[in-house]
Amino acid sequence: MKHIISALVQNKPGVLAHTAGMFAARAFNIDSLAVGRTDDPSLSRMTIVVIGDDRVVEQVRKQLAKIVSVVKVQDFVGQDVVARDLMLISIAAPPDKRPEILALIEMFNAKVVDTTPKSVMVEVCGPESKIEAFMDSCRPYGIKSVVRTGTVAMARQGGSQQNSNS
Amino acid sequence: MAESSSPGAGATSEPTGTQGCQIIVDMLIEQGVEVMFGYLGGVVLPLFDKLYDAPIRFIIPRHEQGGCHMADAYARASGKVGVVVATSGPGATNLVTGLATAMMDSIPIVAFTGQVRTELIGNDAFQEADTTGITRPVTKHNVIVKDVNELAQTIREAFYIASSGRPGPVLIDIPVDVQIKRAVVPPPTKIKMPGYHIRTKGHSRQISMAAKAINESQRPVLYVGGGVILSGASEELRKLALKANVPVTTTLLGLGSYDQSRAESLDMLGMHGTAYANYAVQESDLMIAIGARFEDRVTGKIKDFASKAKVIHVDIDPASISKNVRADIPVVGDAKQILVELTEAVEHRDRTEWFEKIGEWKSKFPVTYDREANTIKPQYVIEELYRQTEGNATIVTGVGQHQMWAAQFYRYDRPRQFITSGGLGTMGFGLPAAIGAQIALPDQVVIDIDGDSSFNMTLTELSTAVMYDLPVKICLLNNGYMGMVRQWQELFYGKRYSQSSLKNPDFATVAKALGAVGIKVEKKKDVPKALGKMLAETRPCLVDFHIDREENVWPMVAAGKAIHEMDGLDIFESMA
Repeated sequence: MKHIISALVQNKPGVLAHTAGMFAARAFNIDSLAVGRTDDPSLSRMTIVVIGDDRVVEQVRKQLAKIVSVVKVQDFVGQDVVARDLMLISIAAPPDKRPEILALIEMFNAKVVDTTPKSVMVEVCGPESKIEAFMDSCRPYGIKSVVRTGTVAMARQGGSQQNSNS
Repeated sequence: MAESSSPGAGATSEPTGTQGCQIIVDMLIEQGVEVMFGYLGGVVLPLFDKLYDAPIRFIIPRHEQGGCHMADAYARASGKVGVVVATSGPGATNLVTGLATAMMDSIPIVAFTGQVRTELIGNDAFQEADTTGITRPVTKHNVIVKDVNELAQTIREAFYIASSGRPGPVLIDIPVDVQIKRAVVPPPTKIKMPGYHIRTKGHSRQISMAAKAINESQRPVLYVGGGVILSGASEELRKLALKANVPVTTTLLGLGSYDQSRAESLDMLGMHGTAYANYAVQESDLMIAIGARFEDRVTGKIKDFASKAKVIHVDIDPASISKNVRADIPVVGDAKQILVELTEAVEHRDRTEWFEKIGEWKSKFPVTYDREANTIKPQYVIEELYRQTEGNATIVTGVGQHQMWAAQFYRYDRPRQFITSGGLGTMGFGLPAAIGAQIALPDQVVIDIDGDSSFNMTLTELSTAVMYDLPVKICLLNNGYMGMVRQWQELFYGKRYSQSSLKNPDFATVAKALGAVGIKVEKKKDVPKALGKMLAETRPCLVDFHIDREENVWPMVAAGKAIHEMDGLDIFESMA
């Protein structure tokens, strides 16, 4: 099962290496990892998507919390969260296929951010399922390149907090 | 202590304050450090220059690994933080085995390493290594200090992290230019780190649930690890065991936490544990784990470990709980505090039937060996050593068969009496560890019970013992093999002794050449006299016992077997 784990960490050199190294050393599987600074410049937020059963994920949470530069760890399982992924995708778009591709882009509420005579670069944002669906829809035209941020997530403020386990 | 700079003639805009190298020394003194271990090198010369005048005893090993094991054993023997220093590059990489050893056994060490100048970092400079990168998985925490203004506080935090919660090694990497720059040291304040919180007090509901489970249990067992020794909770453990009337088994690292001469002691459990400890665990209806972590050498086949028992798990590290075995009643906190509260909450129960059953196992399966043999049996040497030292010596070991015999045949009655590399299983730990322990315990008899292959790895440290005039004793159980490896090859690889025997030097002659006393013993009848001579010696002394070459450690739980499926009990019975 996929768990989204959110870790508030000190914005110091080596923290990412420490965290990633711990995952590798303990044979935990990371599906995605996104890191960025928070409103407090001394803190960063890591959003880590982990695949594993409850016991594995419990260990992930505890081992993360044990790292001295990790300030707080939350497992979003069972919580009402907004989860988003951003993808840049370059699709082969010869003139005869271009209208269909643009329709597809419109349908997914995506955005063309660059074009060449042979391809378009598209920005798609949304839950992971939407990103995957868009990518699948693009396959027939030929995907030239894909870049994804990995999931970032935040709990809804008014949402159910009863399962919060920070 | 602080050296204030006096801007003399020609002084530039250099900030006032104390030089980094002096800050390190000042912080060591502030932390109460009396002894440190380590080795010189180019980028730690500023620090060593300040140590020249410092009121800190300095011990130079022959190799940084030895220095790290010395600091480790100093900590294990004294309960204080061990301090080690090494230079950049190879100095730092040579610490890795020592740090990993301390990490696995939760031993507080603060390691200082020099680093190349800040502006050279990343350029593959001479003796540069990514020390924090290399040591990250083998330290509780590590940090490189690039700003001298952060140096003092970083050192204070390092000592706090190393010694608090579940202890462990902390490494501070300090570029040489940071040692030279100056900063004003802030006065010490209460340490607050946003990501470091320790829960020492156990949750009262969990404790009362645990007490209830103990009161209701018919066949409970206390399963005790090194955490009880680290917490200083032996007395509290004894009170709980006696009040609740529960037998006690310990892990290898837990030896000494409970007086083994007491009837309710089941001695060590696990792969080479006693039959009565393993049977008791398998038959128990309640396991009370205190400061132990259900390692594979203890549990054997995990699915069948204590399968009839409910599990109470007391540990200061929440990540240790339910890692290997699911705890029914987890209690996070300090063993000592929790044991006090548990003892108050439990009631005495009779449990005659349970103790009778244990008594039967104890009389049927004592750990034994062939006492009539003409060869020198290693177990005999240890029993004789126990007799002559009246059980009072501090015993240190390497890793292998001799380590297991030292665990089985010497009896421990006080915490910190047995010093061994349990988790990592570091061969070569014995001699440097004996030196570190002897520094911590100058008036005690410290004996390294070692094997020939383990000893070979770090025997160069004998020169260190000679240089500092330490009366360490080495009781070498020499079978000319990597004994434990040979035992596995005998049992599981059809006696194909691939690469497991070494051509050894004459160890007694080596000892003499290095300035120590060396004695060789090849006959059983000479054992008591040689041990007597060793114990009377005030210089470092090695006795090389040529033991029965193919003696095995029994009982043994083969890999993948449940812990009641022991081999070797038939051998015990045949000798009864």
